[in-house]
Amino acid sequence: MNTVAAPTRSPLARFATRPWIWSFIGALAVWVATIVFTGGKGAGEILSVALTFSSFFVIVGVGQMFVITTGPGNVDLSIPANIALSGALAMILMDGSNGMILAGLVAAVLCGVAIGCFNYILIRTLQIPPIIATLSASFIIQSIAIAYGRGLKIKPPPLLTDLVQAHILSVPLLALFVLALSVGLAFVLNRTLYGRAVTAVGQNPRAAELAGISVGRTRFLTYVLSAALAGLCGAMLAAFSGGASLNMGEEYLLASIAVVVIGGSSVAGGDSNVPGIWGASLFMYLLVTMLNTFGVGAGVRLVATGVIIIAVITIAGGKSSGRG
Amino acid sequence: MCSSRPAAAFAIPADGRALTTDSIVRLSHVERSFGAVRALAGVDLDVVAGECLGLVGHNGAGKSTLMQILAGTLQPGSGSLVVHGRDLTAAYSVGVAQANGVRCVFQELSLCPNLSVAENARILHPSIRGFGWRRRAGALIVGKLDEIFPGHGITAGDIVGDLSLGRRQMVEIARAFSVSDGRLDLVILDEPTSSLDSIVSAQLLAFVRRFISAGGSVILISHLLNEILSTADRVVVMRDGRVVDARPAAAHSHGSLVAAMGSVAVEEKHGAGGASKRGSGTPIVEIRPERQRDSRRLTVHRGEIVGLAGLAGHGQTATLRAIFRAARGGSNAVQGSVAFVAGDRQTDGVFPLWSIAENAIISSGARLARFGVINRAGEAALAAAWKQKIGIRTPDLANPILSLSGGNQQKVLFARALGSEAEIVLMDDPMRGVDIGTKQEVYAIVKAEAERGRSFVWYTTELDELKHCDHVYVFRSGAVVADLSRAELTEEKVLQSSFEIAEAS
Repeated sequence: MNTVAAPTRSPLARFATRPWIWSFIGALAVWVATIVFTGGKGAGEILSVALTFSSFFVIVGVGQMFVITTGPGNVDLSIPANIALSGALAMILMDGSNGMILAGLVAAVLCGVAIGCFNYILIRTLQIPPIIATLSASFIIQSIAIAYGRGLKIKPPPLLTDLVQAHILSVPLLALFVLALSVGLAFVLNRTLYGRAVTAVGQNPRAAELAGISVGRTRFLTYVLSAALAGLCGAMLAAFSGGASLNMGEEYLLASIAVVVIGGSSVAGGDSNVPGIWGASLFMYLLVTMLNTFGVGAGVRLVATGVIIIAVITIAGGKSSGRG
Repeated sequence: MCSSRPAAAFAIPADGRALTTDSIVRLSHVERSFGAVRALAGVDLDVVAGECLGLVGHNGAGKSTLMQILAGTLQPGSGSLVVHGRDLTAAYSVGVAQANGVRCVFQELSLCPNLSVAENARILHPSIRGFGWRRRAGALIVGKLDEIFPGHGITAGDIVGDLSLGRRQMVEIARAFSVSDGRLDLVILDEPTSSLDSIVSAQLLAFVRRFISAGGSVILISHLLNEILSTADRVVVMRDGRVVDARPAAAHSHGSLVAAMGSVAVEEKHGAGGASKRGSGTPIVEIRPERQRDSRRLTVHRGEIVGLAGLAGHGQTATLRAIFRAARGGSNAVQGSVAFVAGDRQTDGVFPLWSIAENAIISSGARLARFGVINRAGEAALAAAWKQKIGIRTPDLANPILSLSGGNQQKVLFARALGSEAEIVLMDDPMRGVDIGTKQEVYAIVKAEAERGRSFVWYTTELDELKHCDHVYVFRSGAVVADLSRAELTEEKVLQSSFEIAEAS
């Protein structure tokens, strides 16, 4: 309870105490294990593909991180349904035409904003716990997506597909875009009044209110931010995979929460970081790649994934010394 | 002296090996540091059976750290700890302390807020088990509450989180004194009266004397020197992590204690505080307490210090919160911005994961920011200025807030509110655990700020503090029952109004 950081510590030691460092160490270890197995073949290729797929994890993971940071009980379970609906909406609006790309992306984000507002209305005015509110919202959203996008076979505009799959010096353009986005969101978290409000509310909502922070407004903005990012992810994912499908968001529910936790953010709220989302996303993807490379069967792969995630969280759990 | 004994022997009562015939605990050369902060620099302390030991010192003098070591929640860095004549330094813990009859009531309350009073009582008494444990635990705790605080108004089924801070403190104290099958020799009371009103405090101190007469021992930590002088047999003064003075209480006066603590006794000047600010202009706060049945209103004028008095938990905090909500909600009842100084700092004040600086400037961030982006340099300057102004005892403002002692955390909360530009500062019994030197400094700051046109609404459980107010409202059962200007203010009037059954007017 009374631990005080010694004022004089080497930069290296300081670096080692960063909560997100473990996710990058994990990602690196898994990647090295993979290329050792393949004898160094395809090392760069694996990394490039991992960057692309991790980018989708990062977009929704950062949104989920903001939500979880606002305190115990806050979580957004409507992300998969949101991805399905926003993706379908974007594809329908773009209708394969390059000229409509921007409009489609904006529409997907706005669809997310609307879903975020809806979530918050359920949470605030009906006083439903977030876990139930966002889960029930996702049934409604998913149903709309089914009704709206049944038998949807619209191809994304070719330009968008090219952009999403393009590489600059073998680094995926998508990853660069998401990197820029996450740098921006890290700035929002660490350097803006809104970001500070999120951290304050997550630690002690009563104290935050009495210190002059609007707890309601902060939570509202956070649910909207998370849903808007999920909407953007929906459009990008549809473009990447050659069209929207109703189940394309499925794996993002657990993944979005897992990357927050593995990335070193506190599940109890009030303490989070953006770099860890990248490390954790790369780790999650590279882990599956490694197990595939080893030729492990699907069942064993899932068990191994679970065990390894638990191991990482346990090891990284040692960093919790900063908490009171 | 530092040889440890086998674990099995810990719980056995003192045998012939006792160092002195009736020494309960003996601390020798105890040291403890937190990073760069040396909280204890070699403390020797003895507590014998049947004595009340008063422990005084400034915030951060090391009192709470020493008590945490005695209670087993902290390990000493070096030195030895002898309980009932046995050296238990090596394997001391909360469990060992309790098995040896040593219990502690911490300044930061340790009850589980989600459990009932009876369930909390059970935690300390593993022997209460089997069918009907809740009833038996409830009977134990309520019986103790009746004994210490007659007329307490707490039932065994009350959820602790729903109780006021004062009542939670009462439950905590009663629990520490309750005995099922274990032994109880020494109870440490760390600022036990800080959130109790004067009547309940008197009940507690009377009980402490009864407990002492029955052969028990108590360590009493308090910043209220009158309590120490009236209750303790012996007074130990700590300063900068050392014991600097230990004498029988009878050999001390208020002045000699203050001098021993190392602060200059400030002769307080009261009364004749200039003309009343009332009668001219419209009030900036005009609010009806929630349970006020008559037409009486609580009003605050610009530059005024308004005190809220009465027994603890009679609607003062609720009224402060109502003013806060009215101001934030843009109601006409309050003209001006507000800041809140929490008394219940764990629940209402501190952000536990943040640094001291972050905690101090949180309410000023919006004023310093541009386009929603935090102004780091401006905030650092503000935090440094207030560290200086209010004397926050830390080598580095980047240290975690929890590295500070309770009183210093409270100073940070003062800095937070006073450093903001709020025109009205609401103070919710904010001097809990604050030492006498700091109090004088804060009183001076409050007075100076009021002269500059700031208004203060100040709820306090210490009658002495009301003397700093221009106007005092006495609360009973959620309503204002007396409205006293400074000229009319006397202790008797406040107490009389607090208890009066039939209203005079």
